[in-house]
Amino acid sequence: MTLEALLVVAGALFGIGVYGALSQQSFVMLMMGLELMINAAILALVALWALAAGGNPQGQMLAVVFMTVMAVEMALGFALITNVYRVRRADITEKLRRLRG
Amino acid sequence: MSEERLVDVLFWVFAIGSVVTGYRVFRTDSMVRAAFYLLASFAAVGGILVLLGAEFLGMVLILMMAGEMLVMAIVMVMFMMNPAGLNPMWMVHQHRIAVAAGVVAFLAIASLGFLVDFPDQPNARPELATEQLGIELLGDSMLVFQTAGVALLSTMAGVVVLASRRGRYGIADEGSEEPPLQPDEVDLLGEEATP
Repeated sequence: MTLEALLVVAGALFGIGVYGALSQQSFVMLMMGLELMINAAILALVALWALAAGGNPQGQMLAVVFMTVMAVEMALGFALITNVYRVRRADITEKLRRLRG
Repeated sequence: MSEERLVDVLFWVFAIGSVVTGYRVFRTDSMVRAAFYLLASFAAVGGILVLLGAEFLGMVLILMMAGEMLVMAIVMVMFMMNPAGLNPMWMVHQHRIAVAAGVVAFLAIASLGFLVDFPDQPNARPELATEQLGIELLGDSMLVFQTAGVALLSTMAGVVVLASRRGRYGIADEGSEEPPLQPDEVDLLGEEATP
């Protein structure tokens, strides 16, 4: 379990997340991509905390902040999905054309 | 098997498991199954965090994601078409750009470990990590901790407003449509719109 291996795993998760967030049409699938990216960020952060920063307690604190960001993002995302569905009957991004350039 | 070797084997099981299930999220026909694949991916990452000595963070991650994925599955059943996976699902746009961006992101982050010379300071006392985190949370970093709590509270209030049935232009189910953008389309005071 080396730092290089951990960063490769985090990079793979982040890459899959970028792919999902850019390619998926469905709102929920798009949010799953965002979640995977935050997942990768937490993994990379804790890897650096444990192997390169000597177990500094502030590193874990930062990971707690990341998890808060993840919870906020999920809650807002679900609320926006609910709202968009109510107002526009849309469940995929292609149905929202109002601000299309 | 020595303990170090066991940790290595477990790490590779979790690492490959998290990447494979993360990939399967976007390759399965059922959205609900995709949510549970994502949960598996998070659980594997939580396992890696535990192996790294961050037991508290790993367990909190698994706990949080278990709840979150159940909410996600319910949202899918409520709002999405075809959540059950009876038909093949392939709903993507700009697929090639997305694949290229994903590969570039992977290469950029994965190469960091080999290109950057990170300090080699492993955690000396990982068995104390949870205790240190608790003292940090309620000691020096209490302001950060409380700010996170207030942020979550304001998120709850904002989310309730966003998701409420009463929309900005009336009851959502009875056609809460926003007025048109062109001013001459607006029916002012119920009079006929000027042509």
